[in-house]
Amino acid sequence: MTSLTALTLAEAQAGLRARQFSAAELARAYIAAMEEARPLNAFITETPERALAMAAASDERLAKGEARPLDGIPIAVKDLFCTKGVLTTAASHILDGFRPPYESTVSEKLWEAGAVMLGKANLDEFAMGSSTTTSHYGPVENPWKKPGDNRPLVAGGSSGGSAAAVAAHAALAATGTDTGGSIRQPASFCGIVGMKPTYGRCSRWGVIAYASSLDHPGPLARTVEDAAIMLGTMAGHDPKDSTSAPLPVPDYRAALNSDIRGLRIGIPREFRADGMPAEIEALWQEGVCWLREAGAEPVEISLPMTRYALPAYYIIAPAEASSNLARYDGVRFGLRVPGDSLGEMYERTRAAGFGAEVRRRILIGTYVLSAGYYDAYYLKAQRVRALVARDFAAAFERVDCLLTPTAPSAAFAIGEKMDNPIAMYLNDLFTVPANLAGLPALSVPAGLSDDGLPLGVQVIGRAFDEATVLRVGEVLERAADFKHRPSFVAGGS
Amino acid sequence: MALDKSTVAHIAALARIRLDAAELELLAAELSQILLWVEQLAEVDTSDVAPMSSVAAIGLPMREDQVTDGDCQGAILGNAPRVEKGFFAVPKVVE
Repeated sequence: MTSLTALTLAEAQAGLRARQFSAAELARAYIAAMEEARPLNAFITETPERALAMAAASDERLAKGEARPLDGIPIAVKDLFCTKGVLTTAASHILDGFRPPYESTVSEKLWEAGAVMLGKANLDEFAMGSSTTTSHYGPVENPWKKPGDNRPLVAGGSSGGSAAAVAAHAALAATGTDTGGSIRQPASFCGIVGMKPTYGRCSRWGVIAYASSLDHPGPLARTVEDAAIMLGTMAGHDPKDSTSAPLPVPDYRAALNSDIRGLRIGIPREFRADGMPAEIEALWQEGVCWLREAGAEPVEISLPMTRYALPAYYIIAPAEASSNLARYDGVRFGLRVPGDSLGEMYERTRAAGFGAEVRRRILIGTYVLSAGYYDAYYLKAQRVRALVARDFAAAFERVDCLLTPTAPSAAFAIGEKMDNPIAMYLNDLFTVPANLAGLPALSVPAGLSDDGLPLGVQVIGRAFDEATVLRVGEVLERAADFKHRPSFVAGGS
Repeated sequence: MALDKSTVAHIAALARIRLDAAELELLAAELSQILLWVEQLAEVDTSDVAPMSSVAAIGLPMREDQVTDGDCQGAILGNAPRVEKGFFAVPKVVE
């Protein structure tokens, strides 16, 4: 029998229901895998006792024939989701010791559905980064390595712990958040599937805020079907999030019928960025061929504002961050560095508590919102954002979804791009536009780079049409037949 | 626009983050580089475009004005670095 941790979520679900193994056995296999994978630093907090207790409850329901959709499925939760009574850090020193007295809506839905919590996954501090190297708890290592080169690579970010854990078989699936690419880019770097749903599809309540108008919770998983199953549970209207969409959630798994005949697939010419590596371009063209062979019709389209999306994002996101992160002042939770006055306490606490990248973004955000610069920077960026969204709206009058590369490169070495913030920001070139427009977008592993590292392609869809995005994604997944495995997989399979 | 050290010091004071002289120097260079890069937005004609603050198509939902939770002083204070007599305690603000 293959190792339990090698099963997909759909296979594990079937095995649990057929009583081929128990939820407790599956949980124990994943607890062992999580321990074996510790050198990757994918988890900030492991919760094995909780996992075993939740698995026991799942086994009881399974025995009674009362199985819930995710009963017994062991998952990792990005440590940006508040979990009641369990340390929640946002990978920041400033949240030292914070144990939320409440549970995020998305994680609550997962536990209600019977999922088993393995632990809290590592991330870039406050989800600000594209490499999971800005965590106060140290960088996450990608389970992939270049063949013949032992240097540790980044897992991507900010949901790097989630992606590394899923890729290394140390979690069956994971939650992530995506503000500028933080689910899709690490999924691409780690050779797994990552989905950012439509803005408003998954509640942000209880998710530590980075940039509220851009933050999207979503799943990371090993297959498109697994991502569809996870999203089905995570999605849904939540009155506690005023931007949550009051719309019914379709059966995403049932939407995976492989039939994309007649679908019009937009190929945005502006994504052919100057200096795009040939291997990325080639893989993208291969994706176009796969969709054509499956009966879809590729259509070249134009998104003229594409190149301005990233600079607009790096005004809007820091502006919102500077406001959201004002709450960390050493008064009500987390780190406090004493001072002689209240003001001094604030300044010392925030100086000690925030890392370099978070500080940069707070300061940029403070500047672009400050008197005299608000119109020139912040309002200008919001106007450009409107134009980016307008581009997509025009495109979706002609096509049903878009196909692009996920990221401009494969995973790079830990420590690279650290001396130049903008080089790091360019990781999000292809993912940021969908955040500005709030559109659903999926990354699917499609092939290997010349260096033997995974590369993803991205499908972007109409607002609230995750079903089509997933359906197209599954066709790509089947055509790519991506069977490569990272150099490290827990359980050795 | 390039930021000088005194501007960075001013922003840092607004953001309540204490910085030393070496940090001011480094941040002035880094932030200037980022601002110079985002200023390419000036190329875009946005004269007839309204700023977009959210993609959420829905307006702000309303609900009945009622108390929906409470009686949770312990939970609220449970994470505080310092608590006195049921309050968050901070350094003295007025003499």
